[in-house]
Amino acid sequence: METLGFLMDGFAVAFTPYNLMFALFGAFVGTLIGCLPGLGPANGVAILIPLAFTLGLPPETAMILLTAVYAGAMYGGRISSILLNIPGDEPAMMTCLDGYPMARNGRAADALAASAIASFTGSLIGTIGLIMLAPILARFALTFGPAEYFALFLLAFATLGGITGKNPMKTVIAATLGIMISTVGIDISTGTQRYTFNVLELYEGIDFILAIVGLFAISELLFFVEHRMGGGRDKVSVGKLSLTFKEIVSTLPSQFRGGVLGFIAGVLPGAGASLGSFISYTLEKQVLGKKGKFGEGDIRGVVAPEAGNNGASSGALVPMLTLGVPGSGTTAVLLAMLISLNITPGPLMFTQNADIVWGVIAALLIGNVLLLVLNIPMVGFFVKLLSVPPMYLLPIVTMVAFVGIYSISHSTFDLYFMVVFGVAGFFLRKLEIPLVPIILGLLLGPEMEKNLGHALVLSDGDWSILWQSGLAKGLWLVAGLGLILPYLVGPILRRRMRNAIKESPVSD
Amino acid sequence: MFIKRSLCFAAAAVFSMSAMAWQPSGKVECLAPADPGGGWDFTCRSVGNVMQELGLVDGSVQTVNMAGAGGGVAYAHTVSKRADDNKLLVAASTATTTRLAQKQFPKMTADMVTWVGALGADYGVIAVGKNSKYQNLNELMDAVKADPRSVKFAGGSARGGWDHLKVLIAAKAAGADKLPRIPYLSYNNGGEAMTQVVGGQVDAFTGDISETTGFMESGDLRILAVLADERLPGKFSDLPTAKEQGIDAVGPNWRGFYMPKGADEEARKYWVEAVDKLYNSEEWRKIMASNGLIPFHPPADQFESFVKNQVQDIENLSREIGLLK
Repeated sequence: METLGFLMDGFAVAFTPYNLMFALFGAFVGTLIGCLPGLGPANGVAILIPLAFTLGLPPETAMILLTAVYAGAMYGGRISSILLNIPGDEPAMMTCLDGYPMARNGRAADALAASAIASFTGSLIGTIGLIMLAPILARFALTFGPAEYFALFLLAFATLGGITGKNPMKTVIAATLGIMISTVGIDISTGTQRYTFNVLELYEGIDFILAIVGLFAISELLFFVEHRMGGGRDKVSVGKLSLTFKEIVSTLPSQFRGGVLGFIAGVLPGAGASLGSFISYTLEKQVLGKKGKFGEGDIRGVVAPEAGNNGASSGALVPMLTLGVPGSGTTAVLLAMLISLNITPGPLMFTQNADIVWGVIAALLIGNVLLLVLNIPMVGFFVKLLSVPPMYLLPIVTMVAFVGIYSISHSTFDLYFMVVFGVAGFFLRKLEIPLVPIILGLLLGPEMEKNLGHALVLSDGDWSILWQSGLAKGLWLVAGLGLILPYLVGPILRRRMRNAIKESPVSD
Repeated sequence: MFIKRSLCFAAAAVFSMSAMAWQPSGKVECLAPADPGGGWDFTCRSVGNVMQELGLVDGSVQTVNMAGAGGGVAYAHTVSKRADDNKLLVAASTATTTRLAQKQFPKMTADMVTWVGALGADYGVIAVGKNSKYQNLNELMDAVKADPRSVKFAGGSARGGWDHLKVLIAAKAAGADKLPRIPYLSYNNGGEAMTQVVGGQVDAFTGDISETTGFMESGDLRILAVLADERLPGKFSDLPTAKEQGIDAVGPNWRGFYMPKGADEEARKYWVEAVDKLYNSEEWRKIMASNGLIPFHPPADQFESFVKNQVQDIENLSREIGLLK
């Protein structure tokens, strides 16, 4: 097994004390970010990017840190779902349904412990899936020519809104904004400058790290300043752990089903973690039917969506690492980080940067164990942090963002740019324009343009090359489905999700 | 080690006391016109370390990264704000001369700075996938001559960038006309371009030898020619040059420095000699060997004219393919 050998090498990278320390730190911060309502995994990773630059971390350590944050945020999201009935991030929404009732029944500690174990199982299944699927897909990616890549990027854009997305128009606006920003700078296929107005700083285009940190981190700060400058939340008590080993074992099938479904949802474009946890929850309800007391604090209703969203988070790494096409916001941010570390995702990365890929995968496995350890005995600590007023966290995040961005290029111009992006992000969020499509447009737009150009050069200007190969045809078909399905299935799915939440009797 | 180092110090002391009235005191700055991690950053950091080891500077060499416009921001900074700084070196390479030749640094030309010297080079290669029908450079170029659109090249630079130019240099030397008709696909970096060639999507790869080692050793990539005067040393010695195949094409991507034009003449002399000494040191040989750099060091008095010639050649070529008007 070649893969196993690589994985062992990965463990050798991840197990160095230095990397282990950053994995632990990332897992901890990630959980914290996840449990703070409003701060999702994409924002969390974006906030930590400048830190990686400030500390001057080597590429593998930087990626290990960020993936640990990602995994941690997926774990942390459930804490506020269960205790406050406010999802810490979007995928943790379904955990509210049975988690909060459990907490009301005095079983908060049990719900937290069971969901931590489920997160672990889901993540483990997802990571194993990633280990098995990624190398195969990476080899398969060699058969992708410009035409196939063009169709793939088209697919990525078509499924951008996701099946459950609310307002497709706003998604399109956001993606267009991203693509527009990406056209600034030299156009590599003609060698001409576009929209640079003889400003030297614009010649290389706009660094997407700046855009990401500005849009996510700085705008988050502005939001905090507006909303929550006041005190923290009321303290919540967790109570005593009464979960039995038998009860955990009885939920194992639910965890397993959730993890597998979540992983599949994560790999598929446009589905993502939210859908992963939703499907897992719905399936559980179908399978167990009347036997369960869903919505009234059934432990399986906590376990299934948690396993689902953690499985999906690992699954979403598959297309990002192998094809360079991110399936979710957070993986888009991770992709931007990879590119700015001079690493090109795709088949080449699996051979040339094997230490990084497998180091990161090994770190995911180690991070999971760390997270489980962190999340069961230390859950009380995170709960306490939930009530820390954000005014103590704000200055730290601001400082790290500025120092980090400045340390990349020592350019004050970049700092201004970051602030501009932050302010823009703030207003865009006020208009409820999603930010993730902007990042995807910024990252994928130039790639799509480049591959279109290349395909046409290869075919001497014959457009039919774009749908000549079977693979390209398949991708076009899926892209078409991705565009149409949200209109057909989307409203139904959304209604169901909403109903599911409404049905839960204690929700307020 | 101690003895060697003190000898170096002694040598440096003698060297600086004899003819040189000027020597740098305190902090020397090396400007890397890109973010950390790239080639220019590497040039500054490794040269800085060796200069300190050899005692060529008494203080430290601080690497400052100033990214932007492919080196244009740093070039403008040197020309306008640091015009008479005696203690500033700026990392440069063929990418710098290419952009100068194509007027991509607005209102700036190659004679606005002083070119100090080169410290090695990465040579260009032209390669194909292992299943390609082309066995040597002549077969490939014959196909190009017969029909310029028949061979598609992929490289890691923008259109008109150095990787593209290497194809044109080789094709021109082989006697091909209709250079602008030769298809060139630009990728973000050499790795991406190579993946397409190895995967059989594009016919040929143009890049630097250091990029190709991975795929070359795995046997996925067949190198048709190295664009160097002579065969390269070490593990590359089996690779034929373009010259020995009768195509007189050379494409070194050199690494070196320029400094502000207005610096004192003594300072200029000092740095030119310092770069000479550095290049001939054992320490630098080791760094070159471990980083895939190949010897390239025009004599001090010829470097300036080498750079100007390169700029002129690139300018002519760019005009020929219609990139410059």
